[in-house]
Amino acid sequence: MSAQQRTKRETTMAEKQELSVREKKELVAKEEKTIPGRYYVPYADIHETDDALAVVLEMPGVEKKDLDIALENDVLRVDGQIDFTKYKDMEPVYTEYNVGHYARSFTLSNKVDREKISANLEDGVLTLTLPKAKHAQPRKIAIG
Amino acid sequence: MALLMDPFDALTSFQQALDAYRTSGWLDSSVSGGGAYPPVNVFRKGDDFIIIAEVAGVKKSDLDVQVKGRTIRLTGAKTVSYPDKSALHRRERLAGKFDRAVTMPVDINPDGVKAEYRDGVLALFLPRAESEKPKSIKVA
Repeated sequence: MSAQQRTKRETTMAEKQELSVREKKELVAKEEKTIPGRYYVPYADIHETDDALAVVLEMPGVEKKDLDIALENDVLRVDGQIDFTKYKDMEPVYTEYNVGHYARSFTLSNKVDREKISANLEDGVLTLTLPKAKHAQPRKIAIG
Repeated sequence: MALLMDPFDALTSFQQALDAYRTSGWLDSSVSGGGAYPPVNVFRKGDDFIIIAEVAGVKKSDLDVQVKGRTIRLTGAKTVSYPDKSALHRRERLAGKFDRAVTMPVDINPDGVKAEYRDGVLALFLPRAESEKPKSIKVA
């Protein structure tokens, strides 16, 4: 993919629209949380290429060290904690959004190579790259 | 917010405090209203104010902050990109431009304004102008 193609695609995605605000969605978990504080569902994009699936999650305010990514029984669980000690001695006078931890789970299919999952956190956006297992990658069949 | 002592209660009470101030009319008389992106929270710390905005996915280089008088203007653009030849299974993240102004109720010292951007959160430290600081009057 050339740099030019990439730029073009980014521009189309960005469009010239104004960004709007959406209310954060509170997490409705199957199991109860044992730590206090509300959880929110991070916005996610999922896209797939020939050799990998990517899950992109928006978790503003979560530091690398407070991020927990676990894979258990086909479920990939992402948990991001907010370090609220930063808000110490700060008195809210006007607020438009609430601050809380983030959690979201994804069920994986068997086409993901579990050993090779990688994660990258940048500007509050977590990108999980899930490479496809060899058997799940597309193959060209030559006609004999 | 004097309850910040107990680490287990602190977040809950902080979240409640944030909720209590939602829809408060603090900035109503100004030109900026609610509903604009990015959403902001305004805090007071001592004499000074702190504005915090969540702008996950916006690059530092795409973020611009201007201060003029009592007004702080936040402009920028957020791009969401996908690799070529990819199939989209889920698309919740939004991209676009934003331009927002927040007017403070007191004069701020423009030279003392500091901006920090980390992990998708923008924090602006706005020191109150010297002329706005309360003066103690000695009772003769």
